Amino acid sequence: MSSEVTKSPSRLWRATGRTLTGLNPALESVLAGVVGLLVGALLMWIWGYDPWKAYMAMFRGAYGDSYGFASSAARGAPLILTALTFSICVRAGMFNIGAEGQLYIGALAAVTVGYFTLPSGLHIITGIIFAMIAGAVWSLVPAILKLTRGVHEVISTIMFNWIARFLAFYMVAFILVDPLRGEKTISIPMSARFPILVRGTDLSYSLFAAVLFAIVIYFVLWHTTMGYEVRASGLNPAAARYGGIKSKRTMLLSFILGGLAAGLAGATVVMGNPPTYAVISGLPQLMNVGFDGMAVAMVGRNHPIGIIIAALFFGGLTAGGRVMQFYGSNPVPLEMVRIVMGAIVLAMSIPELFRIFPAIKKQGTELCGLLRRLTHRVSNEEGSA
Amino acid sequence: MSWNDILSLLRISLHAMVPITLTAVGEIIGETAGLFNIGLEGALLLSAFAGAIGAEFGGPLFGLFVGMVVGAGLGLLFSVINTYWKGTQMITGIGINLFAVGIVAFGLIKLGAPGFHDVPKAAELAKLQTPIGAVSPMIFVALIVPFIAYWFLKRTRAGLILKAVGEAPEAADVAGININLVRLLATTFGGALAGLGGAYMSVCWIGSVTKDISAGRGFIALATVVFSGLNPLLALLGGFIFGFFQSLATWIKTLPSKPIPWQFVEMLPYIVTLLVVSGVIGRVRFPKSLGQPYKRE
Repeated sequence: MSSEVTKSPSRLWRATGRTLTGLNPALESVLAGVVGLLVGALLMWIWGYDPWKAYMAMFRGAYGDSYGFASSAARGAPLILTALTFSICVRAGMFNIGAEGQLYIGALAAVTVGYFTLPSGLHIITGIIFAMIAGAVWSLVPAILKLTRGVHEVISTIMFNWIARFLAFYMVAFILVDPLRGEKTISIPMSARFPILVRGTDLSYSLFAAVLFAIVIYFVLWHTTMGYEVRASGLNPAAARYGGIKSKRTMLLSFILGGLAAGLAGATVVMGNPPTYAVISGLPQLMNVGFDGMAVAMVGRNHPIGIIIAALFFGGLTAGGRVMQFYGSNPVPLEMVRIVMGAIVLAMSIPELFRIFPAIKKQGTELCGLLRRLTHRVSNEEGSA
Repeated sequence: MSWNDILSLLRISLHAMVPITLTAVGEIIGETAGLFNIGLEGALLLSAFAGAIGAEFGGPLFGLFVGMVVGAGLGLLFSVINTYWKGTQMITGIGINLFAVGIVAFGLIKLGAPGFHDVPKAAELAKLQTPIGAVSPMIFVALIVPFIAYWFLKRTRAGLILKAVGEAPEAADVAGININLVRLLATTFGGALAGLGGAYMSVCWIGSVTKDISAGRGFIALATVVFSGLNPLLALLGGFIFGFFQSLATWIKTLPSKPIPWQFVEMLPYIVTLLVVSGVIGRVRFPKSLGQPYKRE
């Protein structure tokens, strides 16, 4: 190997890349993030914006001061949880796209605690439990459909997302509606709100709830028999079955854990998000939190700790995007952030991203050689004629 | 319910059928070759947007063409990542969907009104007068395409090659078939069909572009594929069933008596999709290598 390395610098570069890939998958996430930002920059440039200025505004808004950092973390907290929903199921070998719908249902369930009074601490816990149970129930139906009827979870969870969306529209408009203000549900009472962590920002203690849940999931997946079984059936379903692991049980378990996480995400959005502490008609605070969670899960390599870091990055993109859309004379709309996220996920779906570049280079060289030969032949023919 | 109501229900169903059927046939061709593309929802959305812009530039037919090109482009992106680069198909699909949502929302803002863009009447494809009323000529395309696809898959050598690539890529490789190229062509063509369906939505049917114009139709098309068991003719039937329930929802919504809240009516197509899919599963067999990247040993 070493003798090969010394032969050519490009091989050295490739070998280094390979070693880094083997050593640290986190680098691939970073690379995917860079690729995503570059794609975003390219599009901004095409549409006539100044990408450098936009990104500077974005990152200053996201991490420049304590206010920005707090609002990035506040955006990141629910993303941690919806990312967990996705990645627990990926670890079990399934694709649960249903975080979005489970989040809506969880948020609606959390709102219902506004109808009764309880002592402060107990009230928060009741809200969390309501939301988590509701999320788990909503995710249980696709799981049961998969178990009993073999319905692919991608199709069933997507359908459940749409059903949850219209159910949420209905509940916000008719059942949980604020009698004084028709455009939102009743607000969560003071006693059931997550206290604000940093004064003057919208970062609340819900961040701790999210991080704590991520750590619990880490513990469950890597330090219990149950979690071992979940991961084993994800890595090799056949081997796990021969090993006596009940695949149906692990499947149900991963869906339930995912539903709990998504439900909790709904609770954090409603109970820890000033100033309304309510679900607003059209669900602006909830929309896309579940889908963005999938991007977070992939960049976090489906590992709870990685997810926490990735969620801070994506929360920063959203929080910074809010600054970016008002910055300068030609501000970039917030939607650019979602384009960047999509590009990042696309980049993440390519395994061994590091090897792509040498591969492209190789194909490019081959193509150049072909073209050169062709032009040679043409010029030769011209010369002979 | 009068005769007129039934006719209009049939007409709306046929219109709602087109994007689902076209996307489903595209997905069937891709899945036969072994690629499971859930990014078709994004292809529908982006091509609806691109098609509307194209139609404003160069007329409705050009709009449909632009939609096809954009759909094919997304299909090509998907297949390059998942054939030559051995990507994870599910994640690529999710990425394409996120990307399309972002681009369309961004583009709508650039066009002026956030979240909504109206296609001018002049840029819309003219409707044909038929015994059941004015219908878009694209309906006939959607009625013909499944038959052509059926003939292609069952009766031609190329269809057989496609099947071989999905069922036994190793054997096909030994027989001298370029697996990656076949898969690439199949998915690109599938993307183009979805793109045609997407452009149809904005140029021929709805007459405007919104952030969620696709409204899960790409996923309903996936469900249709499951329902059809990779038979394009059944996809036509499935597309009509789902289209019917969508138009039924629209019809109930416009009833003056308002028997059920509109939110529940809107759920109808998705609930029916779930019921149909959970009813037919078990007797459907998919290609052996579906979702697996092909690697030579």
